[in-house]
Amino acid sequence: MLKATLLKRRDGFTLHAQLQAPTPGVVALFGRSGCGKTTLVNLISGLLEPDEGRVELDGTVLTDTRAGISVPVEKRRVGYVFQDARLFPHLSVLANLRYGQKRAAAAAPLIVFDEVIALLGIQSLLERRPHQLSGGERQRVALGRALLSQPTLLLLDEPLAALDAARREEVIPYLEALRDRLSIPMVYVSHQFDEVLRLATHVVLMEAGSVVAQGSPAEVSLLPQLREIIGPEAVGAVLDGRVVKVDATIADLQLGRGALRVSLREARVGSLLRVQVLARDVIIATEPPHGLSVRNALEGTISALTLEQQEAAVLVTVDIGGAAILSRVTTEAVEALGLKPGLKVWALVKAVSTRGHAFHLRTA
Amino acid sequence: MIGSITPGEMEALRLSLEVASRSVLFSLPIAVLVAWVLTRAHFPGRTVLDAFVHLPLVLPPVAVGYVLLILFGSHGPLGGWLKRHLGIELAFTTAGAALATAVMTFPIMVRAIRIALETVDRGLEAAARTLGAGPLDRFFTITLPLMLPGVLAGAVTAFAAGLGEFGAVITFAANIPGVTRTLPLALYTEMQSPSGDLPAARLATISIVLGLFGLVLSELLARRVRRLLGRR
Repeated sequence: MLKATLLKRRDGFTLHAQLQAPTPGVVALFGRSGCGKTTLVNLISGLLEPDEGRVELDGTVLTDTRAGISVPVEKRRVGYVFQDARLFPHLSVLANLRYGQKRAAAAAPLIVFDEVIALLGIQSLLERRPHQLSGGERQRVALGRALLSQPTLLLLDEPLAALDAARREEVIPYLEALRDRLSIPMVYVSHQFDEVLRLATHVVLMEAGSVVAQGSPAEVSLLPQLREIIGPEAVGAVLDGRVVKVDATIADLQLGRGALRVSLREARVGSLLRVQVLARDVIIATEPPHGLSVRNALEGTISALTLEQQEAAVLVTVDIGGAAILSRVTTEAVEALGLKPGLKVWALVKAVSTRGHAFHLRTA
Repeated sequence: MIGSITPGEMEALRLSLEVASRSVLFSLPIAVLVAWVLTRAHFPGRTVLDAFVHLPLVLPPVAVGYVLLILFGSHGPLGGWLKRHLGIELAFTTAGAALATAVMTFPIMVRAIRIALETVDRGLEAAARTLGAGPLDRFFTITLPLMLPGVLAGAVTAFAAGLGEFGAVITFAANIPGVTRTLPLALYTEMQSPSGDLPAARLATISIVLGLFGLVLSELLARRVRRLLGRR
């Protein structure tokens, strides 16, 4: 468990944050630029001292202002991957990688050199200098350098923000691999929700220096606080489920009582998938549908209706048993169908509408 | 006549090189420390220290030599102590000439090192910190290598300037052939003699060639180090 309660005032900005996340896993700190994500990460790393607060990782206290505890950064064993990589320009890639490794307590290294090199695919870069690397390569080396320092916690501060879309796609699979193969807790800062979707196991929403909500991606995806940050068009329920059947590019995802057909290449039976079903793609029916091309009709009951004033629309939350789906309908449709909490409905989702919104969480 | 260097010229050249080298070797570590303190440390009196370091730039060199003589002469408070406890004599010796040169070239060196230190990305030091490097470790493995171009440039410039230091040296260490008569002192001596026109011209030429050589070397070194650091 990673627990942090921190207060920091500076230059007219106040960060007052409280978070609690299971470990290992990827905690995503998500929010707009300037909401205090980096400040929070710096406080956890010890690079910044809080005015008041406490940081605890798996029972070890790293900071406790009341007890006068503050483990120095260099002894904290917290790996940090910066937005700008910060590779040492006067050292080769190999020397950069060894820098933290040499200084780590040599007693049973958890992460060995060859494993990191293989995991990050950086074997061919070892002799190079940082200025001879592409942005994506630089971030992979920075990841490797942090991992080899044998951290008990890995902090990643928008490691993809400086990269273009193609380079980001090049690095994300490595981050997924780290999450799935290593048991190091990670804190991942981002203002891109698609990165959070693909990587996070726990999401912390931040706004103006405060944590406004936190929970699993599925829980957080239903919250109005998220809508405030990502905008109405990107709103949609996040669902994690295991693949029970695969047919060409269509995979059946087990969700509570039912199954959701999603469009995804290379799905395998037994693997864990995450899919975001955008609210605007979901149709609500009050009767079981007949003669429609739609592949998914998930039976459930309405658990909440949220009026979206500006769009003259209503966000309908449908409980499908152990999971929920969001649908955006017009206020007119709500009246015509008599939608209200407790009503039994069918949520209709086109399988192809999930294309590009489904991700592998862990391969079996 | 032009092709060969006379033994007297050779001696002045050797002395100049020796005095400048000793002065740089002695003052370089101190200059790095002072530059670090002036750039990174925050304490009351920093401005005073800064002014004190730069004092030799604005004082007449003769005044610096005079103050050194008062302090480091064999009866001075520091000179007396050094003589009694360590057997070191500075006034009127080659070591004294080196000390006078070091004091005079100190501001040049501190300036160059300070500019280099200010350009070091503190984010890299923070990164080293997260990788387990303590303060001294960080300084020697990250900060110092990154400011090396500035340190080298400062050292070479101070060396080149040190070859020609005159006022402070002649005041503190006098003009003793073979001991403190460096190139500029030899040049001055020749100028005082009625038959010294040609020897003076030769010494001046040697000084110019030496200075040019030093500055070119400094630029080449800086370029090489920059390439090593990946900055072009």
